[in-house]
Amino acid sequence: MAKAYLSIENVGVTFQKGAARTEVLTGVDLKVERGEFVSIIGHSGCGKSTLLNVVAGLTPVTTGAVILDRQEVNAPGPDRAVVFQNHSLLPWLSVRENVSLAVDKVFGGSKSAAERRDWTLHNLELVKMTHALDKRPSEISGGMKQRVGIARALAMEPKVLLLDEPFGALDALTRAHLQDSVMEIHAALNNTVLMITHDVDEATLLSDRIVMMTNGPRACVGQVLDVALARPRDRLAVAEHPTYVHARAAVIEFLYARRAA
Amino acid sequence: MTFPKPSFTPATPVAILKAPAPSKPPLLPELGRRAKTAAGVLVPPVLTLLVALALWQAIIGDSYAGLPSPKQVWLESKDLILHPFYDNGGVDKGLAWHVFTSLKRVGIGFSISAVFGILLGVFVGSNRWAHRGLDPIFQVLRTVPPLAWLPISLAAFHQAQPSALFVIFITAIWPIIINTAVGVRNIPSDYVNVAKVLRLSPVEYFFKILLPATTPYIFTGLRIGIGMSWLAIVASEMLLGGVGIGFFIWDQYNASRIADIIVALAWVGMTGFFLDRLVALVGHFVSRGNAAS
Repeated sequence: MAKAYLSIENVGVTFQKGAARTEVLTGVDLKVERGEFVSIIGHSGCGKSTLLNVVAGLTPVTTGAVILDRQEVNAPGPDRAVVFQNHSLLPWLSVRENVSLAVDKVFGGSKSAAERRDWTLHNLELVKMTHALDKRPSEISGGMKQRVGIARALAMEPKVLLLDEPFGALDALTRAHLQDSVMEIHAALNNTVLMITHDVDEATLLSDRIVMMTNGPRACVGQVLDVALARPRDRLAVAEHPTYVHARAAVIEFLYARRAA
Repeated sequence: MTFPKPSFTPATPVAILKAPAPSKPPLLPELGRRAKTAAGVLVPPVLTLLVALALWQAIIGDSYAGLPSPKQVWLESKDLILHPFYDNGGVDKGLAWHVFTSLKRVGIGFSISAVFGILLGVFVGSNRWAHRGLDPIFQVLRTVPPLAWLPISLAAFHQAQPSALFVIFITAIWPIIINTAVGVRNIPSDYVNVAKVLRLSPVEYFFKILLPATTPYIFTGLRIGIGMSWLAIVASEMLLGGVGIGFFIWDQYNASRIADIIVALAWVGMTGFFLDRLVALVGHFVSRGNAAS
């Protein structure tokens, strides 16, 4: 059997602080195929962000391993670009410079200066941010910052795009716009995406599969749900589609049944 | 389970009133407004100063017993006040020349402490063990007054010139070290994560993340530092002699010319004020984009 593109194998993470040991994750198994959009959903504090950080290489595993494209992950790198929850743009750089910092670093050896400039612009076009190239992050809205964060991540041409509750801090309308943008980009580029979220609708609308985590500590994958909806998905059209309604209900059921337990 | 679809009635379009194009404000009221703002800033301190001078005059009176009244200061030191740029050769120069010479000394001493302060601050801020080992020592040393460093620096350097610079240096360096270290320790973990994902080299990290992220803290340190180095000037010039505002004060004290000292104090205060504003302005300019967003 061929190995999955991204394979999280029996991952456990234990934090040790003095004498106190906290087992955050235990025996997490997950396989993601190339081009798949997978969401990880769970209650706050269940360790889903820890799992993303493990894949990003920012948090080391205690047991198990993460394998991406047949290589073990043990340090952060641009092949696993992260879109952080609070955008984490560098406030002293303009929109363009924030993206070109990543482009120059990743493609400094392989692309000419002109190519890198074009590539920076191209990615900002993808997220429709070319109107604010020379603005600083403090001069643009939260939704725009997140768009630039996505452009920066896309510009690294990552093997897997990691989204850490990317729309959590945005208002509902802005969030819907950004979700649509992410769907468009995913359709156009066919990226492999791993997204952390606590929004049931977001997970159902965007994902091919929804991974539901049990409550921490010692969290693991509770259940995996396929969302067999054809793409492109239109948020109005799918809202009453039986598959959508079903999937949504199943996720809510899981989250609430677990919480009660 | 189905729900009836909500129906919407289209809102009737309302005639949109065309807002008049914003025109440039007419020049004269604009000037008047600015004059008002300027007056609001300048009038209160000037009034306060006049009241203080009046009080001083009223309390001391014209009986010359120790402290001169403002009137006596004016009578005795008129030349000094009116001619800041005279130069009769030797030490007999206008106060502007004394201040200028002192500024050069502070400039040298402060520049050295800025360079070493920032470097040490970065080291202490980014190394946990360096922080544990050095920070308590810095916290103790920073409270030592400039005058106390004087005999130590003389014993170490034997000569007046380097000792004077050292006193300025050692007075100004602590706030620079401490603030830079705080800035480095407070770099948001998000920026560090971005650097990790991009695999920035240590040199790239230093110039592209650490330095810009720490700039506001560094300038806070520099601002306190330049104030303190200016405070140290009197102490350091006590042993230098020659030209310099600090020595001038010491010299006039030995000659019992208190009125001259009062004039010199006004110069010291104003210069310190402008130094502080200058560094604040540079800091504001350099770190204009760094405010957390």
